[in-house]
Amino acid sequence: MPHSRSAWSAARRVSQIVCLAAFAFLLVRSEFSGSFRGLSGQVRLPWPVSAFLEADPLAAISTAISTHMLYRTMWWSLVILVPTFVLGRLFCGWVCPLGTLHHFFSSLRSEKKRGKALIESNRYKAWQASKYYILAALLVSAAFGSVLSGLLDPIPLLVRSLALSILPGVNYAAGSVLDAWYQVPSRPVRLGADVAQAILQHTVAGFRQPHFRQAFFLGTLLVGLLALNLRVTRFWCRALCPLGALLGLASRWSLVHLRKDPSQCDTCNKCLLHCQGGDDPIPGPKWRKAECHVCLNCVADCPTGAIAFGVGRVRPAGTTIEAPDAGRRKLLASAAAGAALVPLLRSSTGFAVDFDSRLIRPPGALDERHFLERCIRCGECMKVCPNNALHPTFAEGGLEAIWTPVLVPRVGYCEPNCVLCGQVCPTGAIWEITEAEKVGRPGQAAATPDEARGQGEVATTRNPQDAGGPIKIGTAFYDLGRCLPWAMASDCIVCEEWCPTSPKAIVLLNADVTDAEGRTRTVRRPQIDPVRCTGCGACEYACPVKDRPAVYVTSVGESRSRTNQFILSAAPKR
Amino acid sequence: MPIDDTTADRRDFMLRVLRLGGLSAATLGAGAWLHARSARPVESTVLVADRRAAVPGDPSLPEMVVVQGGEPDPMVRRALAELGGIRRFVARGDVVVVKPNIGWDRGPEQAANTNPTLVASVVQLCLEAGAGRVIVTDMSCNDPRLCFERSGIAAAAGAVGADVVLPDDRHFKQANLGGEVLTTWPVLEPFLNADKIINLPIAKHHSLTGCTLGMKNFYGIIGGQRSRLHQRIHESLVDLLAFARPTLTILDAYRVLVRGGPTGGSLADVELKKTLVAGTDPVAIDAYAAKAWWDLDARRLPFLRLAQARGLGKMDFDQVRTKLMSV
Repeated sequence: MPHSRSAWSAARRVSQIVCLAAFAFLLVRSEFSGSFRGLSGQVRLPWPVSAFLEADPLAAISTAISTHMLYRTMWWSLVILVPTFVLGRLFCGWVCPLGTLHHFFSSLRSEKKRGKALIESNRYKAWQASKYYILAALLVSAAFGSVLSGLLDPIPLLVRSLALSILPGVNYAAGSVLDAWYQVPSRPVRLGADVAQAILQHTVAGFRQPHFRQAFFLGTLLVGLLALNLRVTRFWCRALCPLGALLGLASRWSLVHLRKDPSQCDTCNKCLLHCQGGDDPIPGPKWRKAECHVCLNCVADCPTGAIAFGVGRVRPAGTTIEAPDAGRRKLLASAAAGAALVPLLRSSTGFAVDFDSRLIRPPGALDERHFLERCIRCGECMKVCPNNALHPTFAEGGLEAIWTPVLVPRVGYCEPNCVLCGQVCPTGAIWEITEAEKVGRPGQAAATPDEARGQGEVATTRNPQDAGGPIKIGTAFYDLGRCLPWAMASDCIVCEEWCPTSPKAIVLLNADVTDAEGRTRTVRRPQIDPVRCTGCGACEYACPVKDRPAVYVTSVGESRSRTNQFILSAAPKR
Repeated sequence: MPIDDTTADRRDFMLRVLRLGGLSAATLGAGAWLHARSARPVESTVLVADRRAAVPGDPSLPEMVVVQGGEPDPMVRRALAELGGIRRFVARGDVVVVKPNIGWDRGPEQAANTNPTLVASVVQLCLEAGAGRVIVTDMSCNDPRLCFERSGIAAAAGAVGADVVLPDDRHFKQANLGGEVLTTWPVLEPFLNADKIINLPIAKHHSLTGCTLGMKNFYGIIGGQRSRLHQRIHESLVDLLAFARPTLTILDAYRVLVRGGPTGGSLADVELKKTLVAGTDPVAIDAYAAKAWWDLDARRLPFLRLAQARGLGKMDFDQVRTKLMSV
């Protein structure tokens, strides 16, 4: 137990560093290590890489509102939520990795925050209530079936920004240095580069350079949010963070209070110097419990011991504002906005009516309606995909689905024996499936996890028509004007060579063709068997017609949808 | 620094003029130097015609050995004994590159990649002969992490002391293959610097040529957009062989994927043949295997005829000194 007042804030700092380090470690470990050893030949990750996401109370509550259930290990979030009832927003001040980054950037010297200006900027401001309005709108829209909280939830936001933008950027920078290093015409120096590369690959850089759609935009967003701290300390945490708002609400009845003794206070204002939450620790105005991050800086900074945290009743009575200071009318208005948002988004041509043919969801993804009830856009599936195949959408799934995962076969195809995206998905938007279920080996895994639990009506990863078959994410089609054997009298068959299904979903038919010189020859023309094709995209990835491939996958035929179908095949014999 | 008429400031002024002169001269010099360097950018290529990997023939020894009926390790040891012993091919201190097929994310029983036990035995033989370093590498089609691991080759070869090298962009060097259709391509660097190259393919079905054997295995030494090679598959295969010139070819036919290649996936397409073909004539080995398991001859496989025409081996395998045996 720390004794002095500053020892408590030192303990807080240690906790922040440990939690940020743990977060960073799990993030960079969200990658297939290249070893099956001890994992019985299956591609699995040895670490609970989505632990922070699974422990996120906002993700848990908003998906619980939209789905009326808690997925898999989402109950971990109670480890955060229940202590908040008793102890207040300890998470914000001691645990939250994004909060810690904001804390750090807030502590940088800034012209706008000096002396009196700094003290004034740390007093409570009415705009700090904004986050409660944001939270109200997000939770109400979740009730209408769209989990938009992940757009602003700090844990998904940080995972997404780091995994899809900052880490790939670091990887590129490190690669440029390595490239220059390898140019040195000296064997020992190049061996040093080998060592550096191995170290990088096993730490921040990963096995190979990933690229993501919208990476620049996502990274700039994070940098912009961090830069705001130079104007107002932890502006994000005070004004915008919906998770902070939720924990502020949860701390309503907490037992930890700031006790102020005005008789000892010489109004030096030092308690405001390093205040993180903007909760008015100073004797005089009332302390605002819902804003306080329990960082304990005020207590450590007070030269006279006029303030201290204590457990139990508020003393002296009436010196604390316990509930968030959110206006009832504004709360109602934001709830109404949240209620209007989803119907408005869905009155445009969205997923049910006219969706992008290239909206290829990862294998195991639930049908679109259930998918949008769960996906918090954390980007964890995109980070973990060994082929860099998953990318954040922009408008492919409608504006409502922004930053949800889409498979881009030109960049990478879906590896048949890999189910990592479902392993890491914290909310079950991509349901956890097994390899056997994915490739549909006969005699195994005929039932989906939902059917096995008797919940087949609730959420399906597959159309009952092809229960027991492979999980299809789409179907491949040929662009005959660009396909070499079809249009240019040339041999090729690369797509057939790569096709991983057995028997192959691409069949070759001999055709006598006349080439540009008038010679007749026999070529083998590829053709899709739409029943066997799983839409993995290996053919599109491998097609030598590089810019716009002659074979491409669209989402039609995807197992998760009952409507996005085109083939009428015989019902499976059971 | 204000300039006025005092003597001290005159000295300052002169110093400043000197500094400006130096800065101007340096700028002009740097500009002239950079201008002189101006040239249209060309990709640098290493010209490689290093064909020292092959060993001289010996009329008293067979050029091809077919061993049947055993496990990979005794079969390969027997084959090498018949071919004159591993020391004929690997000298003390040699850097040996062993090139199995590690193309696909498939397990050993699916026969899409070279048998891992065989790879380990060959690595062991090389090390027994005193090789300085044995590198096992291949440019996989699927994710190399998955292929190297699932094939069992990373574990098996690593356990007996091989350097298992996963291909990486930085391991490729632009090289002029000097072929009829293949000119400048990125080549895995170990192949450019190896003393000896041991080709370790697996016999599989393939839709374009009917089967994929030893020559096709050299696809795995190049990177880049190699899917283009299929358009002129026969010329490409011969160009690759002419460039690679292996010391030794050991064709794995322990399990043979007779249909649905080169990826396979179904055990119904795999036949247990318990056979191994080894030798110094890569063309004869391919011709023998194509005839033995797919009943294909040079009429159907023009690459064999082209390779013979370029003096890379004999397609009439009954014309080479062959030994057939069982263990």
